[in-house]
Amino acid sequence: MRRWLAVYAVVFFAFLHLPLVTLAVFSFNSSRFTVWEHFSLDWYRAIFHDPQLVEATWNSIVIALLATAISTAIGTLCAYGLWKRNSRLLTGSLYLSLVTPEIVTGVSLLALFQWSFRWLHWHLGLYTVVLAHVAFSIAYVVIVVSARLRTISPNLEEAAMDLGANEFQAFLHVMLPALLPGIIAAALLALTVSFDDYVITSMVAGVDSETLPMVIYAMARRGASPVINAISALITVFFGAVILVSQRVRES
Amino acid sequence: MKLRSWFLLPTWLAMALLFAAPLVIVLAYSLLTRGVYGGVEHPWTAESYRRLIDPLYLVILLRSFVMGLVATALCLVFAFPAALFISRARRHKNLYLQLVMLPFWTSFLVRTYAWLFLLRDTGLINTVLQSLGIIHEPLQMLYTNGAVLLGLVYGYLPFMVLPIYATLERLDPSLTEAAADLGARPLRTVFSVIVPLSKPGIIAGSVLVFIPCLGAYLTPDLLGGGRTVLVGNLVQNQFTTARDWPFGAAVSMLLMVLVTALVWAFLRRESEQLA
Repeated sequence: MRRWLAVYAVVFFAFLHLPLVTLAVFSFNSSRFTVWEHFSLDWYRAIFHDPQLVEATWNSIVIALLATAISTAIGTLCAYGLWKRNSRLLTGSLYLSLVTPEIVTGVSLLALFQWSFRWLHWHLGLYTVVLAHVAFSIAYVVIVVSARLRTISPNLEEAAMDLGANEFQAFLHVMLPALLPGIIAAALLALTVSFDDYVITSMVAGVDSETLPMVIYAMARRGASPVINAISALITVFFGAVILVSQRVRES
Repeated sequence: MKLRSWFLLPTWLAMALLFAAPLVIVLAYSLLTRGVYGGVEHPWTAESYRRLIDPLYLVILLRSFVMGLVATALCLVFAFPAALFISRARRHKNLYLQLVMLPFWTSFLVRTYAWLFLLRDTGLINTVLQSLGIIHEPLQMLYTNGAVLLGLVYGYLPFMVLPIYATLERLDPSLTEAAADLGARPLRTVFSVIVPLSKPGIIAGSVLVFIPCLGAYLTPDLLGGGRTVLVGNLVQNQFTTARDWPFGAAVSMLLMVLVTALVWAFLRRESEQLA
């Protein structure tokens, strides 16, 4: 029984990881076909020579950084506000926003933006994408920061106030430093989900705000290409590292 | 008013403006008439909801349900032994858990693309099978229902492993020992003792897998190549190519109601168990 489970575990982890590993291996193949020729970095070079890919990457970075900064600030305040006193309506809607099918979030935000453009003379662009990403990242931040808050003694804040700090000073000088690992972990998580999102982004992006996932998606719809393999390998390695750091920080 | 209540204000605003308001607009659109050039027009009507029971769309709904159920069942079958393995591991538990979660957090798009790369006619699987002489013509694996199912299972497998693992961890080891002492063979112990006791984890995992499968858009689009139309694709299509916003809005509302009902039933069950 024990041995069979171990054999199964090997197969299971191979199933989870081998697709990504082969993807990465073939990004170093000089041939564009799935037959190994010899080692080459040409596809990685091709990424940086494709102006569309470079621009989309910049857009993705700008969007992810802005959305992360905003949602981390809002979500941290929210988690702190919900500490020791719950608001069922607010937590309920945060959880609901998390399970809402992405495509529904996407079209409803599109409907909202189009509707508001009747009065505001704006159009879809980087900032609508940022707003959309803030909308779906807050719930992640609240969950991660709340988990950190549960490990902190409720007496900590009271002790600070007994020593003469007002509520705001207690938050700024005592609670915020204690929460910092949770906040960093939450921000890294928000960065990852924002950078990766395709479905919602594709609904609310304008012509000048194509993101990296949108370009990858368009290329993938035309069929596989070694250039996508190379970008995929870079994304996987980079965000794999980000998530590992995020977990390390959270556990510290 | 206490300072802490003010801290909730930005989230209240964000949720009201960017979550509740959009859904209210979609609800309103679902009750309006399709505009001549797209968009919506008066008068108010329930026509879009009536169209939901058109056999053409019922088939899509049914297909999404069946796909979701089959994907959930497959996830359960694959995830259970894995969760059992991790919970019984004497060392490296955290490493195994990270191995489950890591691909999950990196990039959903990349993981779906990986299967497109492997399954296509000139992909690795076909190339290997052909060079071994097992097949002579490439197998059509991409753009099939099977490919979509595989993509869904691969995509949401971790959602099943973690809750089951969590219940297995809390399981009293003396129960399995008792079963063994009473003469049950290991496999019998698994099916008669461990599986029934891990029901809470199985249910939680099934809900967590079924919900995203039901509303899936990316996987059926990329791996189904537009052939496997699920509810998610229907919504996207009505808002883009078909330009029938009221109908797309009605389908969105239906999805929202289904998901909310499922989550609500699940949470109610959880709180009853705690009481």
